[in-house]
Amino acid sequence: MFDYETLRVIWWALLGALLIGFALMDGFDFGIAALLRVLGRDEDERRVLLETIEPTWEGNQVWFVLGGGASFAAWPLLYATAFSGMYFALALVLLAFILRPVGFNFRGKMHDPRWRDLWDWVLVGSGVVVMLVSGVGFGNLFLGLPFRFDGDLRMSWQGGFFDLLHPFALLAGLVSVAMLLTHGACWAALKADHAVAARAVRVARVAALAYAVLYVLAGIWLAYGVPGYAVVGPVVADGVANPLYKQVAVGGSWFAGYLLHPWFWIAPVLALVGAVQVQWQVGRRGLGGFLGSGAMVAGTILSNGFALFPFLLPSSLDPRSSLTIWDASSSRATLLLMLAATAVFLPLIVLYTGWVYRVMRGRVTLEHVRGNGHGY
Amino acid sequence: MIIAADVVTLSRLQFALTALYHFLFVPLTLGLVWMLAIMESVYVMTGREVWKRMVQFWGVLFGINFAMGVATGITMEFQFGMNWAYYAHYVGDVFGTPLAIEGLMAFFLEGTLIGVFFMGWNRISRVKHLLVTWFLALATSLSALWILIANAWMQNPVGAAFNPETMRMEVTSFSEVFFNPVAQAKFVHTVSAGYVMGAMFVLSISAWYLLKGRNTDFAKRSMTVAASFGLAAALSVVVLGDESGYTVSENQKMKMAAIEAMWETEPAPASFTVFGIPDVKNHTTHFALRVPWVMGLIGTRSIDQEIPGIANLVEDTKGKIGNGIKAYDAMLVLREDKNDAQAKAILAAHDKDLGYALLLKKFIDDPRRATPADIQKAADSTIPDVPVLFWSFRVMVGCGFYFIALFAFSFWQASKRRLDAHRWYLKLALWSLPLPWVAAELGWIVAEYGRQPWAIEGILPTALGVSSVTAGQVWTSLGGFVLFYTALAVIDAVLMVKYARKGPDGLGIWPAASPLPPGEGARKAEGTAGAQP
Ligand code: HDD
Ligand code: HEM
Ligand code: HEM
Repeated sequence: MFDYETLRVIWWALLGALLIGFALMDGFDFGIAALLRVLGRDEDERRVLLETIEPTWEGNQVWFVLGGGASFAAWPLLYATAFSGMYFALALVLLAFILRPVGFNFRGKMHDPRWRDLWDWVLVGSGVVVMLVSGVGFGNLFLGLPFRFDGDLRMSWQGGFFDLLHPFALLAGLVSVAMLLTHGACWAALKADHAVAARAVRVARVAALAYAVLYVLAGIWLAYGVPGYAVVGPVVADGVANPLYKQVAVGGSWFAGYLLHPWFWIAPVLALVGAVQVQWQVGRRGLGGFLGSGAMVAGTILSNGFALFPFLLPSSLDPRSSLTIWDASSSRATLLLMLAATAVFLPLIVLYTGWVYRVMRGRVTLEHVRGNGHGY
Repeated sequence: MIIAADVVTLSRLQFALTALYHFLFVPLTLGLVWMLAIMESVYVMTGREVWKRMVQFWGVLFGINFAMGVATGITMEFQFGMNWAYYAHYVGDVFGTPLAIEGLMAFFLEGTLIGVFFMGWNRISRVKHLLVTWFLALATSLSALWILIANAWMQNPVGAAFNPETMRMEVTSFSEVFFNPVAQAKFVHTVSAGYVMGAMFVLSISAWYLLKGRNTDFAKRSMTVAASFGLAAALSVVVLGDESGYTVSENQKMKMAAIEAMWETEPAPASFTVFGIPDVKNHTTHFALRVPWVMGLIGTRSIDQEIPGIANLVEDTKGKIGNGIKAYDAMLVLREDKNDAQAKAILAAHDKDLGYALLLKKFIDDPRRATPADIQKAADSTIPDVPVLFWSFRVMVGCGFYFIALFAFSFWQASKRRLDAHRWYLKLALWSLPLPWVAAELGWIVAEYGRQPWAIEGILPTALGVSSVTAGQVWTSLGGFVLFYTALAVIDAVLMVKYARKGPDGLGIWPAASPLPPGEGARKAEGTAGAQP
């Protein structure tokens, strides 16, 4: 039915789908958190902002958890190498993910303003850290990461946290921040009281413009300043899952795939059209602006994935050790079973998540939070 | 490649701390959510407002705990990659699947419904809200099922085989992995432990209200639910704890022998040591108080099968190490020439014991050069920490019998409507609050510390599972965990005590005096009120 090669391509697409799901769904939660003190000028306004995401952030976060679990199962070497290699970066993200749930829940549990301020800043910090670090991490994929495998497939890594802060990677980090701030602001424009929404509209416009400029800059830098990787010799797409069986050359272009398959250009075009759509539509405070920022998010991630294809994690230390979708996957049986599980459960997830958003629909007004004592 | 011993120790310490910490919150979620489901069902069936208020009040405490459970669970998910990278590579093909299915099947449901549970009271019908609560409860138990399937595979790695080309374990049969008997025993035992904890939580706090003369009506009803649910759960923990014991003795003989401090094989049926001081140096147990036959019956469910002692198991291990070295050698030959037929045959014959050769890596770089002294050292290293297992197990079992007694008495009092008759009973119920935590944490110590030195029993030694990180990195993350987790523990405890003290009356959920609560005040405590139509 599905051969090994097809399954690998499917799981590459599913990994992308999970990343996009995470960035789309949890992305606006992070955007709202990061903008909490910018969009919300007083306690009531901040409560409005928080209430727009409180009923659903928890489910959204599972996209991230599942991304971890699914890469563990489908791409064990990717999971192992990326998480242990970028140790401190991951530790920072983890810290943000630990503090966020308690922040949402504990913030309203005491009525001391200092207590609320503390948790507000924790939420802002967790938002900014996750956006920035994930962008920087993505940027580093194109630069290659300093790891190699020995014959036992034990990985060793030569580099520290600060080596991740290459200017190109930092630029990628800024792209990610601008993108998710836009997404958060568009959500606020859609869901929050009009007083807050008006401010969100202005923020969304500025952030979307910054995003478009940074994204194009990063693209140009990638085309002219960052060498690409390519597998040399015959590609064995259904071969043994051992990265050491292949050879890799460095020095080409990350845009090689775009020349080969012109339809890849749909992705960056989608991202930029999204940014335009935000400028054009966000002022109406309807779904239009939010769909625009959604297109930005999906287009950005897709364009990255297309450029990297078939690489998952290129190695600068020993290019042969690079992980590609052809040699870092789990066994065929595992990919197949996981595909079946996904096929059954993903539609259900979409269904009940949709139901919850419908139940919780409507704009959160200042009047509403004032009328309800102190929430949460 | 040499693996630094302190990285191993630190990674283990970090895993143990974070897992034990996660499990402070997990079982309370598992238990409390079913209590909420029961209370809400009564509300929907009888329409009596007090039952709804019960759900809302206990729901506030549930919410605080749930947030901590989620926050600390994410750590666990990251940690396999961050600190146990070789482990993640070596078994991810098998082990990752239940974890991913847990996300698909349970976490999504749990995470999505929790918001509606708190904020949906006024947005959906009663029956729909009840369904939400039931599905929430179901989701938490499903999450326990899948994670325990993963954990059980570490104790009893069925349905997988080593692949020399990819240098890892790969699945041969998912149904064996999913229907692992150890997983079933573990699931029932662990969720029952959670139910005991949820019941004790409600029982103890309600007893405190009765002692203070507050919320009496509310508290008695809560206690009645807790007593019946708790009695069933406590019975199930003990009866099915025995099932855990049986599965352990089937496939982890060394763990079993250590739990019993059974140094030498005894003639069947073996006796059970109720008390004694295990002496690790001289391989004996002082002041042993033994009950004849009991151990043999629990462990083998027969009177004629022997339970092997530690000394005999070490001897067996030496043989396995010898076979493992052959497999290891063949694996290296195959790495040079993957068509070498002879090496293939040797590996096929002995790959079950390959892990035993890996035990030698702690002592020498190349297992093929092991001397008999090295082999002896490696075999001795398979003896777990006997006194710790011996005592942890006994305290857990002691707690189990105590819980049966306490809940049985509570049940009897409740059925005679005399819950507030004895102050000593209320005090006892109050002060028993920490015991389920003690038992559950010790249970994990028995299960996990007792598995050492293996990460995957017989397959992958713990020491080889670590990432290639520096001790400094792990020190830093460990320090961060200690710092942040301590701070969060303090905050969590402060909030729990604060809200428990406030009680349904203080929160305006159920004023003790009047039979009907004022609608406005009640809404405050529902989490964020979602009164918007
Ligand atoms: C017997 C039950 C049990 C056990 C042994 C574990 N967990 Fe857990 N976990 C739960 C039962 C649970 C739960 C009851 O489902 C939690 C606790 C509170 C909650 O929100 O869900 C949870 C939360 C939780 C979350 C957050 C989910 C979310 O965002 O909603 C993650 C990622 C994990 N866990 C992962 C793990 C890992 C990797 C474990 C193994 C090392 C682990 N848990 C042990
Ligand atoms: C939440 C409940 C759990 C608790 C309280 C717990 C407890 C522990 C403890 C005390 C250790 C340290 C043993 C030692 O290093 O001496 C440990 C190690 C470990 N456990 Fe668990 N455990 C739990 C759940 C799990 C689950 C569900 C899994 C797998 C799915 C798991 C996998 C591991 C691994 C990989 C190690 C590290 C290697 C090792 O030291 O053995 N644990 N755990
Ligand atoms: C007579 C009573 C009990 C018996 C015979 C018993 C038996 C056992 C055994 C043999 C294990 C080890 C399983 C393994 O190594 O894989 C275990 C683990 C455990 N026990 Fe108990 N137990 C009892 C009571 C309790 C109580 C009262 C609690 C908590 C309220 C509890 C909570 C746990 C937990 C959380 C684990 C770790 C998970 C697992 O391995 O299943 N146990 N128990």
